[in-house]
Amino acid sequence: MHVSVWQGLVGQDEAIRVMQNAARATASGVADAEGSASDMTHAWLITGPAGSGRSNLAFAFATALLSTGPDTLDATIAQVRGRTHPDLGVLTSQKVIISIDDVRSLVTSSHFSPSIGRYRVMIIEDADRMPERTSNVLLKALEEPPERTVWILCAPSEADVIPTIRSRVRSIRLRMPSVQEVASLLRAEHGVDEVVAERSARLAQSHIGMARRLATSPEALARRQETLDLVFGIRGVAHAMQAARRLNDIALEDSAAITTERDERDRAETLRNLGVAPGAAIPPALRSHVKQMEDDQKRRATRSVRDGVDRILTDLMSAYRDVLMVQLGASHEIINHEFRVELAEAADRLTADETLTFIDSITVAQQRISSNVTPLLALEALLCTLI
Amino acid sequence: MAVAKANNRGRAKAAAVIPQLSWSEVRPAALVLVSGTQAFLADRAIRLFRDILRAEDPSIEISDISADSYTSGELMTLASPSLFGEPRLIRVSSVEKCSDAFLADAQAYLSQVADDTYVVLRHGGGQRGKALLDAVRRGEGNGIEIICAEITKDTERYAFAQAEFTHASVRVTPGALRSLVTAFADDIGELASACGQLIADASAEVTEETVDRYYGGRVETNAFRVADSAIAGRAGEALVLLRHALGTGAEPIPLLAAFASKLRTMGRIYGVRGGAGQLASAHGMAPWQVDRARRDMDGWTEHGLAVCIQAVADTDAQLKGAGRDPVYALEKMVLLVARKGRAAA
Repeated sequence: MHVSVWQGLVGQDEAIRVMQNAARATASGVADAEGSASDMTHAWLITGPAGSGRSNLAFAFATALLSTGPDTLDATIAQVRGRTHPDLGVLTSQKVIISIDDVRSLVTSSHFSPSIGRYRVMIIEDADRMPERTSNVLLKALEEPPERTVWILCAPSEADVIPTIRSRVRSIRLRMPSVQEVASLLRAEHGVDEVVAERSARLAQSHIGMARRLATSPEALARRQETLDLVFGIRGVAHAMQAARRLNDIALEDSAAITTERDERDRAETLRNLGVAPGAAIPPALRSHVKQMEDDQKRRATRSVRDGVDRILTDLMSAYRDVLMVQLGASHEIINHEFRVELAEAADRLTADETLTFIDSITVAQQRISSNVTPLLALEALLCTLI
Repeated sequence: MAVAKANNRGRAKAAAVIPQLSWSEVRPAALVLVSGTQAFLADRAIRLFRDILRAEDPSIEISDISADSYTSGELMTLASPSLFGEPRLIRVSSVEKCSDAFLADAQAYLSQVADDTYVVLRHGGGQRGKALLDAVRRGEGNGIEIICAEITKDTERYAFAQAEFTHASVRVTPGALRSLVTAFADDIGELASACGQLIADASAEVTEETVDRYYGGRVETNAFRVADSAIAGRAGEALVLLRHALGTGAEPIPLLAAFASKLRTMGRIYGVRGGAGQLASAHGMAPWQVDRARRDMDGWTEHGLAVCIQAVADTDAQLKGAGRDPVYALEKMVLLVARKGRAAA
């Protein structure tokens, strides 16, 4: 159907076919398209590993549903990309959790009838970040949806949403794209050369967003390099504590780099919306607004640091997976080719048992970070298992 | 008087021309500014002021306003003369959070203070309303200022307690005072009520024995003292201190943070040679912290440290929802740290 809608989504042909059918079923009118009426439903859950392109696919699907015909397709694509389409509601959270008020307002707006297209499309990225109470707010809307509203939820796996939601949606599972697929996407989109594309895709373990960052930002690559160097270099408790501190700093710097600029922009925009002249004092009546914005920014920073530490842990996981591979003699599937020497050294120093224990500890550390343990403490505890 | 000296400490108020007094020296004045963060002493000063005025004229009419929810005109209404002309006391609380309307009204009031009216302004510290305070201190409104600063030193607490007993004409031995002050090291209000209790019950003289009978076994402690004794290997003492800390209002998370911070410092300098100053600057710590951690290191092994650091992270997770009983999780961790990370015998 629309080639350009599904562009840049690699390795998800199966999922795309399902969505195309659904969009086609609605385009041709449900009543007369026999057999294809069942292709469309009112609520979808797109699941797949991090970096497989869940949200991108969700937005492509939304575009296909919102589009009114080939003539206006370009405009629809642009509107969806700018998140300005009048029939599109998006809930995306840059905080640790999605708040109940956000969902409530989304549910309210889902009852408006579509103004341009055939559908109103509501997308919740990161549906796994909804606490149970918040999920329950959504249930009613999912169960008895207004006639022309389509919900699209995204989550890493079906287990991440509560069962009552799971039973009300049709699920589309994405698979992990292969390294080659991601590499060719990088070549096509960013014009990077073959070696860089392959390396970025491989080091990112096919996580598309991460691969993009590694391919386009030398700092990201250097940071990854430093992370692994630090951890491979740990020889004693003092080393481990130092490395933990450095890793924590890397995550903080990373987060600061991302959030500082955005925070300032947000602040300027909020003040302009409130009618405060640049540089003027904030009147007492408006302070609560500004305070709320600052609180939001703080929550966003928390999330950003946690994400940074999580990235570091993922890198470590890939490295120690390689160590285990070397130890077990399966060295043809190494991810971190660049660290051959260090990998071999680590494989000699540790037993396969110890490597497995460390990999388990990485998982534990990831869980701890998501349950609000101080990131530095979690990192220290993790690296101490190496001693 | 020792308390007065203590309360005037550390505040440069060159501009003030009005008398600045301690809480016990309060005397009738048309305007009394009670400033400072020590809420307990401020309450006392205001109560004392009321009692003095009431003794002068029992028909005094007392009204309270809160400056943060003040609306225009309230002060003038309360301060305007009444039919029978009784004196009026107006107590204004939370001037540090006052509304703009209050600032305007109060400044207007300063220039024409009403007859037979006493106004008490309670300012709990901070920048808000500074213009008003400065005006009062310059002598507008003919007021006095009562300074109620935080009491931080043990000697000041000692003097405070002594003054309490002297005031009530109850004799007290120095030993009794010392143990009282150690037992109530945190809150001056608690210290005062403990003194009050002893004064009310005591016959002739309060001795150490009396204090012990009333408040024996009570130890004020903080997170770092718990961590110190656990790290030094004194399991029993650490557990007792942990219980005391929890019993006197310490929260589990800061307690844990103290352990994490101490073990972190020890971990960072374990087996690292070099001068304290050099290490301290490399790790962003103070030299005394390095020295302290070196002394703490006695009897610790690298493996033990690693085990304890892992246990602290695990306990953090337990406190933050992974476990059901925070106190049990803490006790388990304290015992492990006191064994210096070795398995239980």
